[in-house]
Amino acid sequence: MASKDQTLPSLLVTLLFLLLFSALLSRISGLESVVDEKEKFSEDLLIRPLSDGKVLSHFYFKNYQRTLGSAAHTHVFPKAISQLVSKFHISELELSFTQGRWNYEHWGGLDPIASSNAKPSGVELWALFDVPLNQVDPTWRNLTHALSGLFCASINFLESPEGVASPNLIFESRLKSGADGFVRYGALPREAVCTENLTPWLKLLPCRDKAGIASLLDRPSIYNGHYHSLRVHVKRSGPERAVVLEQTLTIVLQPTQIREGGMKELPHWSLTSLFGRQLGGKCPVAHSSHVLLELEQSLVESVKASADKTGGKVTSGVDIPDNSVFHVSPYPEAVLVESLDSWDVPKFSSVMLEYDLEKYRSDQPLNLAMHWKQKMAWSSVRGPFRVSRFLTGSGNEKGSIAIEMKKNFNVSSENGDSSGGDLLEVTVFQMVPWYVRLYMHTLTARIDGNPVPLRDITTQMLVTPAEDRLHPAVLEMHLKLPRNMVSLSLTVDFDKGFLHIDEHPPDADHGFDLPAAFLSFPTSQTRRLYLNHQAADNKDSSLIQTLNEAGSLYVYTTILLVPLATPDFSMPYNVITFTCTVLALYFGSLLNTLRRRIGEEERLAKAGSGGKLKKAIAKFMEGKSENQKKLIKVSGVILVAAIGVTVSYVLEHFEAL
Amino acid sequence: MTKPIVWRGAALAIAVRFAFAAMGVQEHLGRRVEIVTPLTSLMRLAEGQWFKQHGLSPYAGSAYHGSPLLLSLLGPLTSRGTGGQLLAKFHSSFFVFLVADLLGAFLLQKMGKLVESAHQFYQAELQLDPETSKSAVKEPRGKIRLGIRKGCKGKEVHAKVGLGDLAALSYLLNPFTIAVCVGGTTSPVENLLVIVALYGALKGNAPLAAFGWAMSTHLSLYPAILLLPISFLMVSGSDRPQLKVLERACLRNASDVASTDRRSEVDELRSKAFLPLQWRRYGHFWFFSVLWWLAIIFLSAAALGGHENLVEMISETYGFILRVDDLSPNLGLFWYFFTEVFTHFREFFVMVFHANILFVLVPLTIRFHHRPLFLAYTMVAVATMLKSYPSDGDAALSLGLLALCTPVLSDFRFSFLVLNGYLVVAILSPSMYNLWIWRGTGNANFYFAMTLVYACVQSILIVESVGAVIRHDRSLWKSFEVRVKEESVVKAHDD
Repeated sequence: MASKDQTLPSLLVTLLFLLLFSALLSRISGLESVVDEKEKFSEDLLIRPLSDGKVLSHFYFKNYQRTLGSAAHTHVFPKAISQLVSKFHISELELSFTQGRWNYEHWGGLDPIASSNAKPSGVELWALFDVPLNQVDPTWRNLTHALSGLFCASINFLESPEGVASPNLIFESRLKSGADGFVRYGALPREAVCTENLTPWLKLLPCRDKAGIASLLDRPSIYNGHYHSLRVHVKRSGPERAVVLEQTLTIVLQPTQIREGGMKELPHWSLTSLFGRQLGGKCPVAHSSHVLLELEQSLVESVKASADKTGGKVTSGVDIPDNSVFHVSPYPEAVLVESLDSWDVPKFSSVMLEYDLEKYRSDQPLNLAMHWKQKMAWSSVRGPFRVSRFLTGSGNEKGSIAIEMKKNFNVSSENGDSSGGDLLEVTVFQMVPWYVRLYMHTLTARIDGNPVPLRDITTQMLVTPAEDRLHPAVLEMHLKLPRNMVSLSLTVDFDKGFLHIDEHPPDADHGFDLPAAFLSFPTSQTRRLYLNHQAADNKDSSLIQTLNEAGSLYVYTTILLVPLATPDFSMPYNVITFTCTVLALYFGSLLNTLRRRIGEEERLAKAGSGGKLKKAIAKFMEGKSENQKKLIKVSGVILVAAIGVTVSYVLEHFEAL
Repeated sequence: MTKPIVWRGAALAIAVRFAFAAMGVQEHLGRRVEIVTPLTSLMRLAEGQWFKQHGLSPYAGSAYHGSPLLLSLLGPLTSRGTGGQLLAKFHSSFFVFLVADLLGAFLLQKMGKLVESAHQFYQAELQLDPETSKSAVKEPRGKIRLGIRKGCKGKEVHAKVGLGDLAALSYLLNPFTIAVCVGGTTSPVENLLVIVALYGALKGNAPLAAFGWAMSTHLSLYPAILLLPISFLMVSGSDRPQLKVLERACLRNASDVASTDRRSEVDELRSKAFLPLQWRRYGHFWFFSVLWWLAIIFLSAAALGGHENLVEMISETYGFILRVDDLSPNLGLFWYFFTEVFTHFREFFVMVFHANILFVLVPLTIRFHHRPLFLAYTMVAVATMLKSYPSDGDAALSLGLLALCTPVLSDFRFSFLVLNGYLVVAILSPSMYNLWIWRGTGNANFYFAMTLVYACVQSILIVESVGAVIRHDRSLWKSFEVRVKEESVVKAHDD
């Protein structure tokens, strides 16, 4: 009984203890959920077969931190970025390292991936600062240095204002609303991009390339591609000014081609054949992890058409992952269809196959593969215009820059017809270094080959004139174009400047790269709305959420190479000696002619020579001993030297003041 | 039909200019670096005008570096609308430059007349009769022979061409002047103002001289050094022989008179021979200079219209000239030197190069204070050679002024060499530039060599003309020495 009596309280104590423990546990788990709310990391990989047989892979990592305090401890959010954001008061920042040229014709232009990831080659950096105007430039300078340390790139060359612009119009739509602050934009077209930039970029990821989607990033295979763009995008949004860090890597790879009967076949590919690595599961700290395979609208359309042909009758339901044209393995968890708005699904639209990496592990990797059964021709969705920029003229004296926009005829009119009526809006941004001296008064616009007055088509034009060795010329134009036009060209003449030998880069005869111009089409939307009705909202891929967001279309032109006349780098000494010899000859012979006397004059001059000063000196020296004379001469020299020293000292002091 | 040659020459000059303009040559000439400099380029002026029209400072874009007044004058003529029509065949500023050239030539002709009459006056004063002068003053060697010297052999032939006509024609028909006028640069206007200043000074017209000097200095800075010759012109009049020669002439004339009232006679003669120093006129010149400068400053401020302050204007115009910011090639010595020179020596050499102009001013003034017009020519020539952005237009001006000095340049020696030097530079420098810039088969040294040749040719011209004038003065003096000696010998004999 006594034992029973004893056991009851002990049981009670145990119960109490258990209760407390569970309460504590629940408390801890509650804490964990709070942490989850504060920081969120998700990873996605989007793969899209391109019409020219290449494969686009878009790695997308999104990192979210709700609050940003100096003492805040971060679990998955990279501390380097949060410090950067708080130190430099960044509202938004985008940095991209690109190699290769985005092929707008074959790889598409009017879709969110192309619009925001097709970047000009080299480094492009722009940032929106939330600081007073007089602080913007120092902040920018410090930021460039910090970033160049962080990403092992020579971004610090953007420190000098010679290559930095402060654009106004072009970022208007991108910055959306509520963002006040000042933008600085800089580009280094010549910067080479390599693994040394990728490694620090990977270090910002919580799993680096050890686990998750980033483990696919095998250096030799990704640098083998046709296009490679590494991007970091930081933005503060929401009422709490949460920091959103997007890291993307866009690669266009060429799978090994198979030729059958001399015909170029569309190459089969799989993740292992593309990257040479296996995808074994997600990054453990990732909130969501998805692999997406996007099949474009026109591909789906052709597949359906071919299915109709073989089937003989119209069938609405075609098995997208496995049909007569291609076979995708493994079978996706979900198939998403692009829709115009929430419920309206058009007849032909892009299709997204979704794989959740939750279900794959290292012993059971996901090896997404696409096997073509027959040759298929389709095209990507192109933007409303084909934009090109080129130089005209030859020689190293003058030339002109032309931006030409030609209408893409096969673009169906419904694309980008969301607003604007019969007018098409375009914003052009162009930054030109000072040594390409633009003559703004020669700026000419031609529509379909006929010159039109600029004021008829521009609604706004901002020109920041260049200043020699100080800042570049920036031209921003907001154009309203008639929708029925076929081509528009903007030309502006320039003179090529001549630089000092120190201002030429190494390998000066290669020429100078003009940063890419970029255009935005506010009336053309790049939204792709994929609605997932099956998955729970919180587990939806964050990339799909990004694609669902509306954005205007951005198009970059290519970089231009301008050769400048070079001086002879080997002859500074020769030039100095030659020029000075000519000057000395002139000066010497002129003075000689001016003061030369001949014959009688010479005698007369000698007889009467010696001004008052000379006579006075002679009088003073009279009757002095040799030693005294010497002493006087030496003291005279010392006096002159002392005067010289005093003057130089005074001058220095004056300068210091 | 009083001056058939000069009228015919002027008509020819106008016809040539119109012919070139009609052939559309200005598109090419207007791009030649020998003709257009960053300071005088119409293209840059049009850019400045464009910025001004759009409410920015005309100096925005580091394009225009000239005067705001010139921009107000020429700007409306160059603007071609924002639509971008192609340049008309006759850009309207062509007529401004044509008028400037003609006016310049007209003033040169007037100046020539004044110089000629002064020359004759002093010759009469020295009593250089044909008979005596033949033995004393050396006969001109015939290279630059003019009809102004009475008693010359070719009197009938040369009498028609006066000194003024010669200067005017050599200015109007100079290929450099034509090229600069047709090519479309602001140099003709700048040259005209320099000529206006010298004409005003020679004529003794203080407001005009002050206007020319202030305006030309405002436009291109270098005419500032012409203050010295203009001052001498204003105070003591046109070129004359040295004082000691004149004095000797007086003594000689007086020696004929009885010795009792010799003293007063000398004074009388002296007062006749020496024009009185006109300090009052000089005072007026300063007064009007200040007035014009004030006017220029106010007008500039008004023309800038608040888009730019005056300090910035001075930095963009004079500062641009003195700092040598633009390193594009031209005929001068600066551009390649400062392209190549080490950055830390740059300031030093900029000072040295500019000082080269200033250093010779004092010796030249000491030697030629009695010949202010020749002094003006030498200074213009030196500035042409050592300018930071020289062009053919400056050469045209200095050669035009040289023509005014021909009476004293009879002893010039290397005219063949100098003429050929100019020809070589005029022909070879465009071809060297073409090889370097357009074909890429040459390099910068090709063009640099031409600038060196040009500098050498100019320095030979300057040094030799200075030498020729010194020799002329010396021979005048010597002739008097000899004559006085002869006369004293004769007198002694008489006694």
